[in-house]
Amino acid sequence: MSKVEFKQLSPADFFYRNRELAGFDTPTKSLYTAFREILENSLDGAEIGGINPDIFIVIKKKSEDVYTIFISDNGIGIPGKKVPNALAKLLFGGKYVERQSRGHFGLGASMTVLYSQITTNLPTRVLSCTRGSDEIDEYHLMINIQRNEPIIRYHAKLPNKKKWHGVTVEVNIEGDYGRAHPKILEYIKATAMVAPYANITFIDAYGTLYKFNKVIDEVPKLGEPVLPHPRGVDTEKMLRLLRVARQRSMNKFLQNNFQRIGEITAKNFLKFVDIKPDKDPQKLEHDEIVRIVQGMNSFEDFLSPETKCLSPIGENVLTKGIMKELEPDFVTAITRRPQAYSGHPFVIEIAFAYGGKTIERSSEPNLFRFANRIPLLYDQYADVSAKVIRTFNWRMYKVPDNAQLAIITHVASTKVPYRTAGKESISDREEIEREVRLAMQVCARKLRVYLSRIDREHRQAIRTSIFEKYVPYIARFATRLSGKKTIPSTDFVVGGGEAKTEDQKVNSGVK
Amino acid sequence: MSKQKPENRAEKIKQQSFDKLVTLGNKIYKQLQEEKYPEFDMPSRTSSNIYYDEKTRQFSLGKKKIRRSSRNVRHLKPFLQTMFVAMFAARDLLEPGRTSTLRDLYYSSESAMAKMFKNQSESDNIITDVESIIGMAREDFNIFPDARSTIYGDLTISFKDKKTGNKREINLTFNPDGQTIGPTMVRSDFVKTSAKKVICIESGGMFQRLIEEDADEKFDAILVHLAGQAPRGTRRIIRRLNEEMGLPVYAFVDGDPWGIHIYNVIAAGSASAAHLSGLTTPDAVWMGLTATDITRYELPTDQFTKGDTTRTVQLLRDPRYQKPYLQEELKKFLKLKRKAEQQSLTSKSLTFVVDEYLPAKFKEIEKLQKAGKI
Repeated sequence: MSKVEFKQLSPADFFYRNRELAGFDTPTKSLYTAFREILENSLDGAEIGGINPDIFIVIKKKSEDVYTIFISDNGIGIPGKKVPNALAKLLFGGKYVERQSRGHFGLGASMTVLYSQITTNLPTRVLSCTRGSDEIDEYHLMINIQRNEPIIRYHAKLPNKKKWHGVTVEVNIEGDYGRAHPKILEYIKATAMVAPYANITFIDAYGTLYKFNKVIDEVPKLGEPVLPHPRGVDTEKMLRLLRVARQRSMNKFLQNNFQRIGEITAKNFLKFVDIKPDKDPQKLEHDEIVRIVQGMNSFEDFLSPETKCLSPIGENVLTKGIMKELEPDFVTAITRRPQAYSGHPFVIEIAFAYGGKTIERSSEPNLFRFANRIPLLYDQYADVSAKVIRTFNWRMYKVPDNAQLAIITHVASTKVPYRTAGKESISDREEIEREVRLAMQVCARKLRVYLSRIDREHRQAIRTSIFEKYVPYIARFATRLSGKKTIPSTDFVVGGGEAKTEDQKVNSGVK
Repeated sequence: MSKQKPENRAEKIKQQSFDKLVTLGNKIYKQLQEEKYPEFDMPSRTSSNIYYDEKTRQFSLGKKKIRRSSRNVRHLKPFLQTMFVAMFAARDLLEPGRTSTLRDLYYSSESAMAKMFKNQSESDNIITDVESIIGMAREDFNIFPDARSTIYGDLTISFKDKKTGNKREINLTFNPDGQTIGPTMVRSDFVKTSAKKVICIESGGMFQRLIEEDADEKFDAILVHLAGQAPRGTRRIIRRLNEEMGLPVYAFVDGDPWGIHIYNVIAAGSASAAHLSGLTTPDAVWMGLTATDITRYELPTDQFTKGDTTRTVQLLRDPRYQKPYLQEELKKFLKLKRKAEQQSLTSKSLTFVVDEYLPAKFKEIEKLQKAGKI
């Protein structure tokens, strides 16, 4: 009998072996994912401080199949001492709070450093400086995979002469740039569309410079952190909460660890699960815990989830961003009211853009999907938005078969409901699909009004030009026919006549 | 347009057309001066407004009118086209004394405005509109079709010579092949004739035969070759011979529904000319070939096609075909289900038609007229 050795797996080790779960499946996707993770952190870093992001991205070829990604931002920066753990250790953020954010609290950046190390064996260079600090910290980092600990290859402090603040990351990734480039560029353009308050400069590996300038100053407020909602709690989560809880009664425990549970709700719930209000949370039996968790998922009288943790893009910002990037003739946006699925609040925002010079004419609308402000570029077909579009009655809204129509959808949530892990399509759960469909109907109604108007204007223009063309001839012919000398002026025609629907039949006597 | 008093019939007609066209022009001009979108009325030519008038014995228009307004975007182009045709007719044709065919007018329109007419049939329709607005046929404003037919017989006509301006007379026997019926002849003055009747002949072959056999002398007739469906000028001449010279008219056509139809257009007109008068000869008689002729003379025949049968049934119901002898013969045709060309009479002999057929026919018709069947 051969011996099978079991070793303990560190988180880093786990992701090392299962990197596709984090988006590092193919050389193309890996390069794209590495770039994304860092950019998302940079955007978060600025927005969290209410700063208009100013992001500088350079991708350069280092050697065959190895590219250096350099991203520098003007965010709030990471305090010097915390940098190694933030970027070279796979960990989740501290308290159990919920808030909408792009990244996974820095997990992605560490994954990038890990992947860089695996493929190039080179350290990642990081510069960081917080607001008001005189010193910039420079680190060259790697990860001890088995122990999930940062390896500091180099550390120095530099004087902050230009009063910079933010984070700069320079990482080397092995990947297929040729294939990744279109996706990278698409990602930046899409990001610029939903972040018209950001300046983004990008120099690609072929040396081309792209510049996206901000058109508004208003930086959207990030969501506030909130306590979890009882719906969607599972046994594991409950155990973790209990472990760190300091309250001595279930009554107080509920009120302090979950959102929107007050005295009365707590009392009613505990009655519902048959637990005494003054029971010590630390003394719960296992079956009682299970009963509480089941009760949390079935109790009908919890208030709906808090929504101040959410940060939708907003109709104004969306409109401005779309106008800037797509230059359409018409745009309409709607931010729906927050809803919830399984205890997780979410907001659907949808915008339609029509006409103009850049939107391609196509039998299907051009779809731009976003989740928590991040562009989703893969797995479109299975996404709920694509599904709703496919089953939408476009004809009813006067949208022609080959139209220049772009649809932008944004799902903002504390937990974006993806269909499967590692995929970028959003699930078509009832609550989500309903909201998406309603939002599209609102936008489609506005579009129909617009299309009717331009159709009318178009026909009016044709009519006017017909009148201006023909009536002068009529005048000319009538003059010659009548034998008169001067042609009467036909200037009164400018503006066109009316379109009558029927000849006026006159039943008069014989003329 | 000449200020002199019109000397002859032709002049009179031209002046009348001209005046009516200019009146239309003035009306439109005035509206434009008042900065109004000009408009005019014309009789409706839809089938709901066409009826068979028992009194005049032809298709006529009812009282319904259509208003064509330049304010209506869908009327705009036809309005423009109508004005062009009226202007062209008055100033480019009548005034300088020129004629034009339908095709000439279509091409002339191109020089006034590119793509004024989509195609020639569009311009034909507008010409008909102008006819109905001023109540005169297109020949009266110098638009003549290409198609022409021929006439032969002792009829003297007079007209103004184009080159000298003097009056000229010609007799219609001077050309042994027959004289083409053109604009000049249609409007000419009839001076005198020794003829006592008019025979209209459908086919060229039969026309030729009758001339060669001196049918004009034998029967004191003026011979008119129809060449199929009679052109409007020809129909006009036939009516004038009937009306002005008091000559009875006989139609000698093929023994089939189409031949009968040719007769009826001469006698009662067509729906497309319902807005005009002076084109029909209601007293014209259908001579043959009848179904009775075919069986009596055992002429070589062809089988009726399905279309022939349908057509004959339609004719039976047509208000213009209600005379007893017509109805009888139509029913006989249906039973016989065979048809024959008029030239089949030659199967008897080359001169059978003048020696036997026609003399018998005239006698027969006289008898029927006395019996009141015709």
